Amino acid sequence: MAGTAVRGRLTTWQTATVGPVTDETPKVRTLRLEVPDWPGHRAGQHVDIRLTADDGYQAERAYSIASAPGEPLAITVERLDDGEVSPYLTEEARPGDQLEVRGPIGGYFVWEPGSGSDSGSGSGGPLLLAAGGSGVVPLRAIVRERSRAGSPVPVRLLYSSRSWEDVIYSTEFGLPPGGVEVIYTLTRSQPRMWQGYARRVDDTMLAEVAWPASERPLAYVCGPTSFVESVAAGLVKLGYPAGRVKTERFGATGG
Amino acid sequence: MSPVSRGFRRKREAAPADRVPPGQYVTKDFPVLSAGPTPHTPLSTWTFSIDGGREPKSWTWDEFRALPTEQVTTDIHCVTRWSKLDTMWEGVSLDVLLGAVEYDARYVLAFSDGGYTTNLPVADLLGGKAWVAFGYGGGPLGAEHGGPARLLVPHLYFWKSAKWVRGLQLRDTDVPGFWENYGYNMYGDPWREQRYAGD
Repeated sequence: MAGTAVRGRLTTWQTATVGPVTDETPKVRTLRLEVPDWPGHRAGQHVDIRLTADDGYQAERAYSIASAPGEPLAITVERLDDGEVSPYLTEEARPGDQLEVRGPIGGYFVWEPGSGSDSGSGSGGPLLLAAGGSGVVPLRAIVRERSRAGSPVPVRLLYSSRSWEDVIYSTEFGLPPGGVEVIYTLTRSQPRMWQGYARRVDDTMLAEVAWPASERPLAYVCGPTSFVESVAAGLVKLGYPAGRVKTERFGATGG
Repeated sequence: MSPVSRGFRRKREAAPADRVPPGQYVTKDFPVLSAGPTPHTPLSTWTFSIDGGREPKSWTWDEFRALPTEQVTTDIHCVTRWSKLDTMWEGVSLDVLLGAVEYDARYVLAFSDGGYTTNLPVADLLGGKAWVAFGYGGGPLGAEHGGPARLLVPHLYFWKSAKWVRGLQLRDTDVPGFWENYGYNMYGDPWREQRYAGD
């Protein structure tokens, strides 16, 4: 469980300017954020966002970083209809608008070339990434970082969405880099002629998709609580040591 | 001075400032945040131990559940910015547990199934401010929320209320626990917004 201890003062709030935005799905948007003094980040980290209204009211939320280290900072946000920050970011914000960021935050749910190997260098066994809904965001950063760093580590991404229309990054994942397999399951509705999985992730599916434990895989699981609970428990049943299953849970709240 | 985010306005009701610390919003859900799979320790092998005092002390589940209990209604504040008001817990006061041990230490490192640790000053565990909770909302504490038992230290950010807690190590010095090693604050007072190292 390699991790770099961070004991210094974390960076403070910095002004960010909204750059190009990309609509990923009807409810999900990626926003590039121009931050002049962004200190850089690692794949899997998140960033705090603060919005200020003209009456001084402020709201803060944390969002996973969607871009790889070395790429401009980007977040991918899913609109929660009863939310306060996500409707603004997905519907109102446009290039040139200003907000504040603080980060990067988090040092555990991160991947770097060499993560999971005993020595911290070389290949650490294959990567299993499991995403529920917008939990795919930090995992996309990991996939991009693997390519950027030229890592040969094989990757399987098991990605559960309600429907094909809800799949984020479908274009990017449609042409995955060599060594990366994307396996979808669509839990609520499927396109005609759909050949893939069409149910919630269960132990049978995990046994079919997940790397055998004997290959010493490293797993990252991100999504809503129920998804993470069942996937993480399923991987442990398949023989994955708990310490090699990193989780990040999104509560059905916030926004 | 924060820049105004054009077009952003308040949608939620103002949180009562005496109940909700700065930067937090109120939720009615009970989100779950953990770093790994949820551990499931059978009660037959569960113990709660306090190490580092004059004599080590340990309780089995039955011994622990025979201790006097308290009902606690309190607000909790997660560093990820949700606060939940009037949560109802049942647990054993840390005054009772630490009262069974002789020690001079000023800090503890709480440890849990799954390898999670978190550091706290002893003073923050005494005086009716902290519990080892085994009940939530009138029933047993669910595993995803830290059952069979978790720390409950509601005056600090909720990561200090270690899930699946199995004991305390009494220490003379304050050493960072799991999240503290990844840049979170050593103390974690929500009213001073001590989220990250150096706050």
